Amino acid sequence: MTRTILTILWKDLKIELRTKEAFSASFVFCIIVLVIFNFTLDLTTEEALRLGPGFLWVAFAFAGVLSLNRSFALEKEEGCAQALMLAPVDRGAIYVGKLLANVIFMLVTEIIILPLFVVFFNLDLGGKIPPLLLIFFLGTVGFASVGTIFSAIAANTRMREVMLPILLLPITIPVLIAAVETTAYAMGVRDEASFWFRLLIAYDVVFTVASFLAFEYVVEE
Amino acid sequence: MERKGNPASFILPALTFLSMLFAVYMVFVYAPVERTMGIVQKIFYFHVPSAWIAFLAFFCVFLFSIVYLMRREKKWDDLASSSAEVGVLFCSLVLITGPIWAKPVWGVWWTWDSRLTLTLVLWLLYVGYMMLRYYVADPEKKATLSAVVGIIGFIDVPLVYLSIRWWRTQHPSPVMAGGSDSGLDPDMARAFFTCLAAFTILFVYLLMKRVKLEKLREELDGLQERVEETHPK
Repeated sequence: MTRTILTILWKDLKIELRTKEAFSASFVFCIIVLVIFNFTLDLTTEEALRLGPGFLWVAFAFAGVLSLNRSFALEKEEGCAQALMLAPVDRGAIYVGKLLANVIFMLVTEIIILPLFVVFFNLDLGGKIPPLLLIFFLGTVGFASVGTIFSAIAANTRMREVMLPILLLPITIPVLIAAVETTAYAMGVRDEASFWFRLLIAYDVVFTVASFLAFEYVVEE
Repeated sequence: MERKGNPASFILPALTFLSMLFAVYMVFVYAPVERTMGIVQKIFYFHVPSAWIAFLAFFCVFLFSIVYLMRREKKWDDLASSSAEVGVLFCSLVLITGPIWAKPVWGVWWTWDSRLTLTLVLWLLYVGYMMLRYYVADPEKKATLSAVVGIIGFIDVPLVYLSIRWWRTQHPSPVMAGGSDSGLDPDMARAFFTCLAAFTILFVYLLMKRVKLEKLREELDGLQERVEETHPK
């Protein structure tokens, strides 16, 4: 099981290292979102601090949709999906491998966007980086847990680029709210966020397990 | 093939019609006019049962989807997709009647109150479900994929509700939502429960109609295929 997971993960990482498609798309997209926010809302530093968590997660979610969309669209090309299904391995392991790859892709973009965000809006986050990274990780796992299975679902439709965000964004509302609120807490904008932290973890657990179990139905041929 | 003469196909529409007539009587004649809200409050008898039915329908989608994944029989998929459609219909009714009621009473069309927001999110979720079905060509794929979305979507409902509720307590709303249904006049309560019963019967009736429509459509597709086989163009 672990070997299968690592093989799938390594395969996706290798493709990404060679093409850099998911990263370049989501990275550039994230910057565009931040620039658009800056122009449409014309923020001062204090406002940026108060609204920043929301900006970041809107950018992460939209960029996440871009890279998730590729996750299974890639498999559909050249019949990779069929080959994966023919492989005598547990379907759950394929799900976990893809999930890990998606989490890594999203996290890399997020980690690079964070300093840019700090620079763009002249913020001082000082020692707040480690808790922020933990929250980015938890929020991304929640978003990608449903995102990975929905990416597989959307890859079966005629309008996959449209279908993924329409299905995924409403369902991730709880994790997005929780991620924004805990990010605000980590940035020192909010005093208390224990409920949100628990919700974030609950969402991660519930949807990773549910998607893991449901995945075999999605990929059967 | 049952077309006519089946007593069940006559009883249900008759029951729906009579219970709806009775519900309308209870709402407009029997129940007293509310003291502060006036006649506008009557919309409550349609708004709340619609919400109730929408939730019931989405719960049915969840149940039928699970049964479909276990049994793989088409009728469960028909039931699930039909429930989703009827659910979206009632959900839309809630979202339309809500603002009509809210404007004169609260002074605003919309407020990001937890129940209202949950209804909107549910509407989005199940419209997504219906779009997904539209964009998958293969019938079996369509059934399995939408069953997975039907299940995962419903698991999300309590989390959405919790998060919106908690979010509300931190971002106070500009209007006061007023007391809930506490202290509902007994006559009003009777009218309300009549409506609820009538709407539930209506739900079952619509669901059955929708499932039957699906079967007829399938039959038609089969016939068309046979015609094309025997009389190639």
